[in-house]
Amino acid sequence: MAGTGAHRARAQRRLRWVVLTLAAVFFGGPLWAMVVFSTSSPTGVTGATWRQLVDVRGLARAYPSFVDGVRVSAALAVLTVLLMLVLLVPTMTWVRLRLPRLRRPMEFLCLLPLIIPAIVLVVGLAPVYAWVTYFFGPSSVWLFLAYTVLVLPYAYRAIDAGLSAIDVRTLSEAARGLGASWPRVFWSVITPNIRTALMSASFLAVALVLGEYTIASLMSRNNLQVGIFQLGQRTPAMSVAVSLAALLLCFVLLVLLTLVGGRRQRRVSAHPVDLEENP
Amino acid sequence: MTAAVSTSQDVVVRTRGTRRRTAAAALGTVPFFAFVTLFLLVPTAVVVAEAFLTDAGAPTLDNLRALGSGDIVRALVNSVVLSGVTAGLGAVFGALIAYAVSTASPDGPLRRVVSAGCGVLAQFGGVMLAFAWIATLGLSGLVPTFLRDHLGADVDTSWLYGLSGFVLVYLYFQIPLMVIVFLPSIDGLRPQWREAAESLGGSTWQYWRHVAGPLLAPAFASSALLLFANALSAYATAAALNAQSTFLLPLQIGNAIGSEVVLGRQNVAKALALEMVVLVAVVMVAYAWLQRRAERWLG
Repeated sequence: MAGTGAHRARAQRRLRWVVLTLAAVFFGGPLWAMVVFSTSSPTGVTGATWRQLVDVRGLARAYPSFVDGVRVSAALAVLTVLLMLVLLVPTMTWVRLRLPRLRRPMEFLCLLPLIIPAIVLVVGLAPVYAWVTYFFGPSSVWLFLAYTVLVLPYAYRAIDAGLSAIDVRTLSEAARGLGASWPRVFWSVITPNIRTALMSASFLAVALVLGEYTIASLMSRNNLQVGIFQLGQRTPAMSVAVSLAALLLCFVLLVLLTLVGGRRQRRVSAHPVDLEENP
Repeated sequence: MTAAVSTSQDVVVRTRGTRRRTAAAALGTVPFFAFVTLFLLVPTAVVVAEAFLTDAGAPTLDNLRALGSGDIVRALVNSVVLSGVTAGLGAVFGALIAYAVSTASPDGPLRRVVSAGCGVLAQFGGVMLAFAWIATLGLSGLVPTFLRDHLGADVDTSWLYGLSGFVLVYLYFQIPLMVIVFLPSIDGLRPQWREAAESLGGSTWQYWRHVAGPLLAPAFASSALLLFANALSAYATAAALNAQSTFLLPLQIGNAIGSEVVLGRQNVAKALALEMVVLVAVVMVAYAWLQRRAERWLG
């Protein structure tokens, strides 16, 4: 018995290394190609592209619309996360506590964007955004309204898992019994207890917003990805350097998140798309 | 008698009170539902309704008829083939990687790195992944340059911008997505099941054939369907690789939006979008059904 166990462990280790080495070649290859592509010149290896990328002021002069796209995307990420949290967290808590009958409809609406992908949403959003532009102007920043819809399914899943993990009813009844008002219950009792879920939801939202291209490009707005794409038409080496930097930055942030969040956190974010409820 | 009357009056008063309080409580959900109506339900309704209207607003089936034109049918077929192939290959390779990762320590660095890497590639990529492959296989990419400089071979890599190239590039985000959605299911396999199979004299093959395989099958199939829907609706990567072409359904939609000025064709984009929604909805309903079956054992 022990013999077969040791044998199996060895076989598993061998399989693991074979599979992961092949995967590393397939997934690492293009990333390495990006490094080479962004550092090669007719005369040999050069760091000029990367030096230019780090020099923010020079970059803003050379590629103003790209730097504008970066700024817009940063604003979009913050605004989307804020609107997502403001819309979802109080409503989901409230529905759990006082309006259990609305839970199903709310879940359905939040998961609906999974079958209305961005490329479809952008078609129907045109008349809605005609009004947004009429009232607020044509700034790209208003895209955060559409982006909040895109992040709904992922944010809903994460926050729902967080609320399921604590006993919302008992906690709020205890707080109410001690004389806390509803806003105070929400701010001082519920929110701190689902901190990890909120972080996970926010991070998913940030990643999605920073990676969004479809809606921004088809509505002729500017953001990070549109900027990268246009950079690619003009200076391919720079766009490849920016892409690589963005991918690595996102990777580092995700690793940090798993370190901060611990085990439960990872389980929450490991289910990005999942129509089922947690038991 | 009087007692009964007063009780029923109490009940009436209490229900009325509860109802009023519920109504007041429901006010708290107004911002959420208003927002969702405006930015999700209205756009969906616009797509569905205007697919059946002419530019002037008269009911018509012409937009749907346009879906039967050769160009659009070809795009649909290409999209389904691309999604099917990348979902199948992505599911197989992704499941293999997920299994390899699951045999490592659950809190070890390997898992962290793989989870984070898969998260980046599956959900953040888009345009940037297309550039990664252009840097690898494009005209002045790593591989063609290497072959030219060291072997003197001039290779044609224009296939990168066609269907077979798209398969390769899509796998770059499909495989990671499979790892993300399938890993929890593999983690759900309990070691006791394997021990039970072994103590009954079963071989590794028999364990996979009769225990783990059937248990994982619904999760595998549902994950593959998710991958299918994901590839079907992907636009960014396709547009970044080959913006001018219309050989995929999402590219057709993007193109139709761009050329909405063409008279009489304004609502074809909506018909195309409707076609996409119907396809994705069918796939996602099957996905949800299979997912429920999968969670019976591995939830």
